[in-house]
Amino acid sequence: MTDQLEAFRTETRAWLEANCPQSMRQPMAGEEDYVWGGRNYKFQSEDAKRWLERMGAKGWTAPVWPKEYGGGGLSSAENRVLQQELARINARPALFSFGVWMLGPVLLEYANEEQKKEHLPKIVRGEIRWCQGYSEPGAGSDLAGLQTKCEDKGDHWLINGQKVWTSYANYADWCFCLVRTDTSVKHEGISFVLIDMTTPGVETRPIKLISGSSPFCETFFTDVKIPKGNMVGRLNGGWEIAKRLLQYERTNISGFGSGQRVDVVDIARKHVGLEDGVLADRDLRARISGHKMFERAYALSVQRAQEEAKAGGNVSHMASMFKVAGANLNQERCELMVEAAGNRGLGWAGEGFAPDDLAITRGWLRSKGNSIEGGTTEINLNVVAKRVLGLRDTQ
Amino acid sequence: MTFTLNDEQRMLKDAARDFFREQAPVSRLRKQRDEKKNGRDPELWRDMAAMGWAGVIIPEEFGGAGLGYVALGAVLEEAGRTLAASPLHSSALAGASALLLAGTDAQKAEWLPKIASGEVIATLAVDEGAHHAPGKSKLKFVAGKLSGEKKYVADGHIADLFIVAGADGLYLVKGDAAGLTRRELVTSDSRGAADLSFNGAAAEAMNGGADMVEAVLDRARIGLAAEMLGQASEAFEITSEYLKTRKQFGQVIGGFQALQHRAAKLFTDLELTRSCVLAALDALDRGAKSIPEYASLAKARASETVHLASNELVQLHGGIGMTDAHDAGFYLKRARTAEALYGGAAFHRDRYASLLGF
Repeated sequence: MTDQLEAFRTETRAWLEANCPQSMRQPMAGEEDYVWGGRNYKFQSEDAKRWLERMGAKGWTAPVWPKEYGGGGLSSAENRVLQQELARINARPALFSFGVWMLGPVLLEYANEEQKKEHLPKIVRGEIRWCQGYSEPGAGSDLAGLQTKCEDKGDHWLINGQKVWTSYANYADWCFCLVRTDTSVKHEGISFVLIDMTTPGVETRPIKLISGSSPFCETFFTDVKIPKGNMVGRLNGGWEIAKRLLQYERTNISGFGSGQRVDVVDIARKHVGLEDGVLADRDLRARISGHKMFERAYALSVQRAQEEAKAGGNVSHMASMFKVAGANLNQERCELMVEAAGNRGLGWAGEGFAPDDLAITRGWLRSKGNSIEGGTTEINLNVVAKRVLGLRDTQ
Repeated sequence: MTFTLNDEQRMLKDAARDFFREQAPVSRLRKQRDEKKNGRDPELWRDMAAMGWAGVIIPEEFGGAGLGYVALGAVLEEAGRTLAASPLHSSALAGASALLLAGTDAQKAEWLPKIASGEVIATLAVDEGAHHAPGKSKLKFVAGKLSGEKKYVADGHIADLFIVAGADGLYLVKGDAAGLTRRELVTSDSRGAADLSFNGAAAEAMNGGADMVEAVLDRARIGLAAEMLGQASEAFEITSEYLKTRKQFGQVIGGFQALQHRAAKLFTDLELTRSCVLAALDALDRGAKSIPEYASLAKARASETVHLASNELVQLHGGIGMTDAHDAGFYLKRARTAEALYGGAAFHRDRYASLLGF
């Protein structure tokens, strides 16, 4: 067992040594270095393209998915080795993908064979970029109140309605989407469909955020026809899939709290300074220390949940807890960064501020969305209270 | 690193849970308090020692079980759940750790078997003022004689053996040593403590210097964090149960979102702290390099969590939580004492920052 793993490690190390381009072993400068893939994707470099192609061919962008669907077919122990070896050489993620993080896991669980064969390999290879059509103007926290209509027209489905907060819809090739197939009931009238974004009647419009960037869109569907085979799971059975996918999404968003490249302690050292070897602002020092403990407690808890999951414990219900804590952690970190950087952390543009300074401002403003996207903190606290603690609303 | 108990540790924890629920529920502490015993419960300690819990971390060659800190932490957590008044932490964890780390061969041979059997109660004497400040000791040790003061010594009123921390090392003083006077303190947690005065008391130096003092304290901090985790977990569960049964406005109050969110936040906090405490205990058994960081992390987080859990226990019970007839007050009082002991959250945030180099 251990010998096999060690053999796998040796093999993996050699493969990475031969296949991971040197420039892909440098830290990413920022979000512009994220590789999202897709039909029309413009790679930042040839190396980034090559790295994705090689990892995709190996199935290692989705290491534990079955080989028959393009995945790596690794056991969780082998995957841990792979992740360790990737970390050892500081390899950048070959692919950032909603397909890998969110859609793939539910396709594996709910899709039919044809759908799996059609979509999973393209996700693994980064050929198709997916976006998520969940929220609507009238259905945010109350997601199940969604109204985008999907009608059975015999040989196709006809879709009319509007989605909002569709991340990167303007760059996406396909959209996984929640639609209403029965207006007489709420949760039981929702279905889960897959929509090609090039279909006539699909239109996207980016939304500018307080941080100045536009990672989200409004997405409009006007008489959009999609094939009957594009529904995942059964008719009116979409809510179960939607919830399962949210668990993956929450686990993933909560992960944004860790692994940041700029340390708040370094910012504080630089802009506040040390006095007798300790941070000159003692109050800020105590709060940063408390934050570093929170960060460590969070990382240890993720590790514990993984260990418990491996031992066969059901930890899926913990996703909401991690979502709440992860959002809180990242927001606390961003606030401390701005505070520690002082006025250098409040620039907006121009040569008076270094790119690192501006990243603090933008990151701080962007982080305000952490407790809203993927289910607000309040909604996730509801989930913890009800599903984990067993506190019930009185009817 | 692992967070999962092995079979042996799991069995020990289950046995401890049953024992404390049956033999030492909070009502036992209440009775001791009403009889003004100030934490003295020799029968309970005798029964616990008979279970082998006085010697969990002590190697078999000295009469213990040699099971390690994760195992003892599991027992401490269960003891914390029912606020069992015993020297389990002072003697079986802190005292035994001091002798294991800093004891000479002769000191180990003399004291460890007696600590393991429960016959001798050992405790650490560290603080000299109202706040934890181990680096500021004014203790003097000259020609085998110790002079100085120690305050708020946990279980100091029932201990047979003191491990006294100076600024530069540890000293062993027998409870009946000439030149040692103790003043018993009646404390709000109903556990009691003592101030000690050393006037040329006979003492033996132990191995190691200031680093050894910190190493012993770190074990005491992690062990206490395990006990506090138990207190906080129980306080939370009592509260959560109450939310499911107490009715107002014609419904159980746990149906109110404001209270659901408070419970969910407390639960999240508790889970994060549990990870820290388990990791710290495991670090001790692994002999990890970063034990000081783990100790401050565990003690600070446990202090904050038990602080919040004990406050919520009172508040979410409303008026009944303010009455002496309810157990909430016992949790609140023990929480604050445990928070202060070996450094509270503020002390450990300061120390953690220093350990991380800022």
